[in-house]
Amino acid sequence: MNRLELTGLAVRPSQVWGGIRLVPLVRERPVEGLRLHREVYAGGGTGAVRVGARTHDTSYIPHGFVADWSGEGAAGAAYGTQLGADDGRSRPGGPARVLRLPRHRHHRLAERQAGDRLRFLPLHLALEGYLALHFGGPSTAWEEWSRQALRDGLSPRAEDAYLGRSVRGLGDALRAFEIHPGQCGVLVYAADALAAAFVVPHPDDYRLLHPTLVEDLFGELVHQYAMYGAPVPEFGARIADGPGLRTVAGLRAAAREQERAWAEAHDTLFARELLDTSYGFERVYRMGGFTLWRFLPPFVRDGTGQHIGETVTDHKGRVAYLKTFRLSEAQIRRGYLLRRLADADWRLPVAARALGTGETELRRRISGAGFAHLLRHREG
Amino acid sequence: MTTGTTTGAEGRAGLVAAEDVLLFVNAAITATGQREFRTQAYRQRLSLDFLHAYVRVNYRRVYATSLALDINDHNAARIVRGLLEHAADASVEERRAEGALIAARLAKLPPQRVYRLFRELRAARVNNRRTRAIMRDWLAARPDAAHDAVKYRAGLKTAVRHAHLRLDGLGTGAAPDGELGAFLFRPGSLPRYAHRLLDAWRRAHYEQGAVGELPFTVAEGFAARHGMKREAFVERMVPRMTRLERLRTQGERADGPPDPPAGVDLTVMPLTRLALYVLSLGRQARARRREELTGALRAAARRAAGPHAGSWGRVAAVLDDSYSSSGSGEKRRRPLAVALACHFLLEALAAPGAYTPLWTTGTSDPLLVVPWGPTPLGTRVVDALEHGPDRLVIVSDGWDNAPPGLAGEVLRVWRARIDPDRRTAVVHVNPVYDADGFDVRRLSASVPTAGIRDAEDLPALVEIARFSEGRTGSAELYAYLDRRAARFTETGGAR
Repeated sequence: MNRLELTGLAVRPSQVWGGIRLVPLVRERPVEGLRLHREVYAGGGTGAVRVGARTHDTSYIPHGFVADWSGEGAAGAAYGTQLGADDGRSRPGGPARVLRLPRHRHHRLAERQAGDRLRFLPLHLALEGYLALHFGGPSTAWEEWSRQALRDGLSPRAEDAYLGRSVRGLGDALRAFEIHPGQCGVLVYAADALAAAFVVPHPDDYRLLHPTLVEDLFGELVHQYAMYGAPVPEFGARIADGPGLRTVAGLRAAAREQERAWAEAHDTLFARELLDTSYGFERVYRMGGFTLWRFLPPFVRDGTGQHIGETVTDHKGRVAYLKTFRLSEAQIRRGYLLRRLADADWRLPVAARALGTGETELRRRISGAGFAHLLRHREG
Repeated sequence: MTTGTTTGAEGRAGLVAAEDVLLFVNAAITATGQREFRTQAYRQRLSLDFLHAYVRVNYRRVYATSLALDINDHNAARIVRGLLEHAADASVEERRAEGALIAARLAKLPPQRVYRLFRELRAARVNNRRTRAIMRDWLAARPDAAHDAVKYRAGLKTAVRHAHLRLDGLGTGAAPDGELGAFLFRPGSLPRYAHRLLDAWRRAHYEQGAVGELPFTVAEGFAARHGMKREAFVERMVPRMTRLERLRTQGERADGPPDPPAGVDLTVMPLTRLALYVLSLGRQARARRREELTGALRAAARRAAGPHAGSWGRVAAVLDDSYSSSGSGEKRRRPLAVALACHFLLEALAAPGAYTPLWTTGTSDPLLVVPWGPTPLGTRVVDALEHGPDRLVIVSDGWDNAPPGLAGEVLRVWRARIDPDRRTAVVHVNPVYDADGFDVRRLSASVPTAGIRDAEDLPALVEIARFSEGRTGSAELYAYLDRRAARFTETGGAR
């Protein structure tokens, strides 16, 4: 599995609000056997997550999602549910992934609910995957790397993101958006660049979770596009005066034609970059016939948007749940650099040759990406 | 004023003036400075501020005359204030006409609005002789000054103080001389009051039994102070509540509202108010009480239609129940309620059996409408035109988004190609003010658009809307306005 499979989801025409375009995704029939609920945490979204024995992860966590595949529908959350550690994973210094919420310890006193439920932290799951990318740093003590790099790896790594509320126009766009019957998802565009995709299994879940997009994280690029971008063009119906327009039937045909043109106008917009990319998937949890994954893009630098995210797929690999985060240029650059370094086994001369530059230039790029503290300062 | 012989620049100026007037009338009917589905409250207020200043300065006569139209209370109070604050701009003759209009309008406004207006006038330091006379006359016409003193204590106090009024002999059911003054300005100076209500207010401070004798809103405060059980208190107060207070309080009961609300005769309620009440009920409650509610709505619609009932011939209506008709937190479900009320009113106005309603979501059961989904207005308009109606009425907020602009195109082509001699009269009524456009949003330039607040005003609005087509001149518009104003002042504000 290396692609996202969005069969069963159809695009409906977009609604535009200033620079924000929202494209609804509609399911003919909801995904059987999986529901998604929301769990709100106290503390206004500040949260610390323990990731492994001595690794902590402090992040903005507005809410958690609870996936329920028991087929019973409404239910509370099973607090303290652990995202089980994946056995076959042994990265240098790589933490075993047990997600817990220390800030909300009191919840654990609640009776743990039996049943098939899983609580996870949306977007945080994906971002954590990105942050932990080659987290351990160099695995061999090459002389270019500083003592700190060898001891602590890339720790701590931090990335910035913008809250949905501060993305200009997004709040208004979501409020004024008229949800379609059967809608199970949405593609968010800022200045007609894909900012995020969000898909849930059931229309009722979507109705509940639609406003939570304001609380999600968006990359720097999205924020800038929304801030400085002009309003995006909207489809405007135009009926050309023709000979067939003498009757109501002719008028109806012309109106139909406009509706068709309108629906087609958006097929080209439909998230090509999201679907045509091949991703590195990492399985997080298996729940009955469904699997929770997170994925990372290939970090190629061809100027297209690159998205990280998490998804739940059914046994055929079709997406039941999806949430993506668009990386900014700097974030792609960092991911790319780390990938190339890891491929070269952290040997600077080899990596420089693979990148087609000199070692000095590579050092400059590493510093420029914010990893200067990893390099040993050479005299002369 | 333009006449038949004027042409060129003069005539055009007249048209522009007429457009400005209609724009203001639409705004004054729909805008309340509150949040709408798509615009924030502050934008609404800014937009309205500008419009009021613009029309007051440029068309003062029209500004005053619009008090006679079915504009909302918020704008009526603003206009009165604007006229009184800038009294110096008007000639003596104008002032006399304005005075009559203001008096008639104040008589129609709810008392709390008028008291608030008086407070604003005091804050703005408007205290000319005319203002004082208006305040005096309005207060003298209040049925029971003691009741006002208890219920609108601060308002009455401010008004009396501001206009230097004598309290003795105020109103008809007045308290003995000196008591009102003592009540308002020297509380505690009299050991007891001879007037029943004033004395009840005094005793309610320490005696639970006296609370029940006060008006409901005043008693509510005392009940909370005495820690009285809310439910038992409300139960006991029912006979003393107004109709709206009864409807409002029955919704808060734990066991849900009783099916036929106690002591409220739904059939005598105004149509739009009733539609709002119906929409405030859940779908199950609506389905259970279907006959009662439908009956009440029909009765209210027949009353609102009055002499026009059955006179509109074949009528088709396109009614917007998309998600945006849910309004905002401040104007909850107002657009949908207007659509629902229009549905029943049009049913009464149309010839028997010649009415076709088309809701945007495609529902065929108007009593169970919920705001939901996008607005495919264009298709619905085509559906409606297919029935070949004499009149087509579109009730919508003017945002047509599936696909955007199709309704306007359909209407344009219909007017230009299929029905150029206007056998079908099309009118669009819009309950939502668009702050950016200083008007209600239009669907198409070829279709007249009018703002609407209460469905009851529909026949009058259709009359106004024909001016916005530009086919009738501005002279007729001014004549129409003068006629309305004359009728309004004659009847002293009654409809």
